[in-house]
Amino acid sequence: MKARYRRFAWIGLGLAAVGIAVALVLSAFRSNLVFFFTPSQVVAHEVPQSRPFRVGGLVEAGSLRRDPGSLTVHFLVTDTAKTVPVTYTGLLPDLFKEGKGVVAQGRMGADGAFHATEVLAKHDENYMPPEAKSAIEQAQRGPESMPSLHEARAR
Amino acid sequence: MIPELGHFALIVALLVAIVQGVLPMIGAARRDSALMAVAVPAARAQFALVALAFGCLAWSFVTSDFSVQNVAVNSNSHLPLRYRFAATWGSHEGSLLLWALMLGGWGFAVSVFSRNLPQVLRARVLAVMGLVAIGFLLFMLAASDPFLRLVPVPPEGRDLNALLQDPGMVVHPPMLYMGYVGFSVAFAFAIAALIGGKLDASWARWSRPWTTVAWSFLTIGIALGSIWSYYTLGWGGWWFWDPVENASFMPWLAGTALIHSLAVTEKRGAFRSWTVLLAILAFSLSLIGTFLVRSGVLTSVHAFATDPARGTFILGFLAIVIGGSLTLYAFRAGAVGAGGEFAPVSRESMLLGNNILLIIALASVLLGTLYPLFIDALNLGKISVGPPYFDSVFYPLMAPMIFLMGVGPIASWRKARIPDLWTRLRWAAYVAAATGVLAPFAMGRWKPLVALGLLLAAWVAGATASALLQRLRAAPQRGIVAKLRANSPAWYGMLLAHLGVAAFIAGVTLVKGYEVERDVRLDVGQGVEVGGDTYTFRGIVPQAGPNYDALVGTVEVTRGDRHVATLRPQKRTYRASGEVMTEASIQSGILGDHYVSLGEPVTAQGTSGAWAVRIYVKPFVDWIWFGCLLMALGGFTAIADRRYRLALRHRLASVLGAAARGAT
Repeated sequence: MKARYRRFAWIGLGLAAVGIAVALVLSAFRSNLVFFFTPSQVVAHEVPQSRPFRVGGLVEAGSLRRDPGSLTVHFLVTDTAKTVPVTYTGLLPDLFKEGKGVVAQGRMGADGAFHATEVLAKHDENYMPPEAKSAIEQAQRGPESMPSLHEARAR
Repeated sequence: MIPELGHFALIVALLVAIVQGVLPMIGAARRDSALMAVAVPAARAQFALVALAFGCLAWSFVTSDFSVQNVAVNSNSHLPLRYRFAATWGSHEGSLLLWALMLGGWGFAVSVFSRNLPQVLRARVLAVMGLVAIGFLLFMLAASDPFLRLVPVPPEGRDLNALLQDPGMVVHPPMLYMGYVGFSVAFAFAIAALIGGKLDASWARWSRPWTTVAWSFLTIGIALGSIWSYYTLGWGGWWFWDPVENASFMPWLAGTALIHSLAVTEKRGAFRSWTVLLAILAFSLSLIGTFLVRSGVLTSVHAFATDPARGTFILGFLAIVIGGSLTLYAFRAGAVGAGGEFAPVSRESMLLGNNILLIIALASVLLGTLYPLFIDALNLGKISVGPPYFDSVFYPLMAPMIFLMGVGPIASWRKARIPDLWTRLRWAAYVAAATGVLAPFAMGRWKPLVALGLLLAAWVAGATASALLQRLRAAPQRGIVAKLRANSPAWYGMLLAHLGVAAFIAGVTLVKGYEVERDVRLDVGQGVEVGGDTYTFRGIVPQAGPNYDALVGTVEVTRGDRHVATLRPQKRTYRASGEVMTEASIQSGILGDHYVSLGEPVTAQGTSGAWAVRIYVKPFVDWIWFGCLLMALGGFTAIADRRYRLALRHRLASVLGAAARGAT
C-alpha cells in the first residue's frame, strides 16, 4: 500500500511540475511572440497597435537620413509595392545598406513611423533575411496569394 | 590527385562502416566470436580512412588548391595559414567531414579502451557506431561531396566568410563536435543494452566516463561559441537564445540529465530505463541540432546548405535513427527493468527532481526553437520567439534545480532525514541568505532578481564547501593530505563542476543586473561617462592587416585622473569579399569588462569626423565562461577516477606494447 501511495505522490509531483512549466510557457508565449508583417500590411493597418512586431523588406535606395548631432536614423523599408518609414536610434549592423534586405523590430509610433528598437541584417553579403524576401515576393504577386511553403523557403 | 585520394578514402570508409555496422551485430546475435571480432579492426580502419580523407581536404585548403570547389568557395590564398586550415570545416561539406572524423575518432577510442567489456557488448557498441557512420558517410558521398572539382579552375578563391576569420573558428567547432558526437558512444551503449536486455551497474560504469568526457567537451564548445559571439558580433551579448545556440544547448541539457541519471544507475541500480532513454535523447538532440543548423531550415551564420535534397536526407536519417531507437526502446525497456526503491527524501529523489526539471527546461527550449518553424511550415505567418520567452521560462525552472544541487550531494542514498540535512546545510543557508541580502548593496543598487541569483550562487558554493569540509572532518585518516586522498576524483570532479555552476550563476546575475550599454556619438577628443569611467575618443587611423584593411579607433578609458585602459576597436574591410566586420576591443578583468566597438562615421567629414561608438560595461561577465571551464574541468577530473583509470592504464600499456612489438 505504501509503495503505491508513494508512486501516486511521485506522479502527482511530476504532473505539478509539468503543469507549472506549461503555465510558464503559455504566459511567456502570449507576451513574447513577435509577429512579422510586410510593409503592405503595415500600410493597410493590419498590424497590432499595442505590441511590438517585425517588419521587413528592402532599405529603399537613397532614403537613409541621419539626424545631425544624434544617432537617430530614418529610412524607408519597401516590399516594392508599399513603403514604411522607420526611425531607429543606435548603431546599425555592419551589413545594413541601402538596397539590401533588413528586418526591424519595434512598434508603430503616433507619427505614423515605425519606431525600431532593433535592426537586424545578417552576416553575409548575399544573404537576404527570409522575412524580407517573402515580403517582397508576396507584394509582387499581389495581396491575394499568400506565399506557398515552397516559395517562402526558396532562397 | 590529393582530392581524389580523399574521395576514394571516403568511399572505402563507407564500405568499412557497413562491415563494422553489420557483421558484429550478426555475430553478437549468433554468439559468433569470429564475426564479433571484426568490430575492432573495422572501427580502427574506418577512423584511419576518414582521417586520411580529412587530411586530404585540409591539405587542399592549406595549399589553396582552387580546383576543389569547396576550397574555391571558402578560402583565399591571402588567408592566414590557421584560417586556411580552419576553413576545412568552414563549409557545410567540411563540417560534415569533421563530424565523421569525430565519430571515427570516438569509435577508435572505444575500440582501444573497451577490452574489459564483454565481447558481445563491445561488438554491439562498435556496430551501432558503425551504423551511425554509414548514415553520415552516405550523406557526404551522395549529397555533399567535399572534394568536388571545379572546371575551369578559378585563379583565386572567394574567401572564407569574414565572420569566421577568427581564432574562435579554429577551436569552437572541433570542441563542439567532440561533444555532440561523443554522445554517440552513450547512445551506442544504450542501444547495445536494449538489444542485449542486460543493463546493470557495470554497464553504467562503462558508459559513464564516455558520457562525462563528451559532456565536458560540449561544455567547452558551447562556452567558446559564447565567448566568440560576445567579442565578434559587436553586440556584447554572451547568449542570444538564437536557434543555433539552442541547438547546441539542448543536447547539453539532456547530457547533464544523463550524467546524473547514470550516477544513480551505477550506484543504486535505479532509473535504468530512464537512463537509456536519456542516452537516446542526448544523441538524437545532437542529430537534430546538426539538422537544424546544417540544413538551412534555420538561417544564420551557421547555415550553409540551401539544397532541399540535403535537408530531406538528414530528415530521413533523423527519422530512422530516432524512430528506430525509440521503437527498440518501446519493445525492450521492460527487459531492462526499473531498479531499486528509494524514499521521497533521498539522494535518488533529488537527482530525479534534477532530471525532471532539466528535461522540462529542455522541452521548453525545444518548443521555443521549433514553434516558429512549425508555424511557418503550416503557413500561419512568420513569428519569432525572442530571449524574453526563454528568460521567463528557463530561469524559474532552474531555480528549484539549483536549490536541489545544494542538497543532493549531501543527502544519503535510499533515505535521508530532513533534520539531519538542515544541520549539515545550516551554514550554507545562512551564507546564502546573507549574500542575497547584502551583496547587491556592494554593487550599488539592490534588485530582487539579483538578490535571488546571488543567493542561489552562494547557496551552491556554500553547500559544496560544506560537503567538502564535512567529508574531510569525517575521514578517519590523519593529516589533510591523507584526508583529501580518501575521497575519489569523481567526487572532487562533482564538487568542481558544481562550483562552476555557482560561478556561472554569479556571472550571469551580475552582468544581467548591472551591465550598462550605451550607443553614443563621439567627436574626436570628446569624452563620455559610462559606469563611472570616462571614455574619450582619440580618432581613427587606417591599418592594413594580412587580408583586410582596418580603421582602428583609439578610445582612452580613465577614472578620475587614473588611466584604466586604451581600447582599439576596429572596423575591417576584407579585400577579397568586401565584407565589413566590426572587431570590438575589450579590457577584461575579474570584476568585469570594458567593451568598445565602432559603429560608423556619422558626419559628412567621413572617417575623420564623429563616429557612432558603442560602449558597454559588463560586470563579472568572465565568470560565466570561467564557470563553464570549471564544469568541464570537473568532468575531466571525474574520469580520472581510480576505477576508470586502472582500466585505462592497463589498456594503454597493452596497446603501446602491441605497437612496440609491431614496430620491431
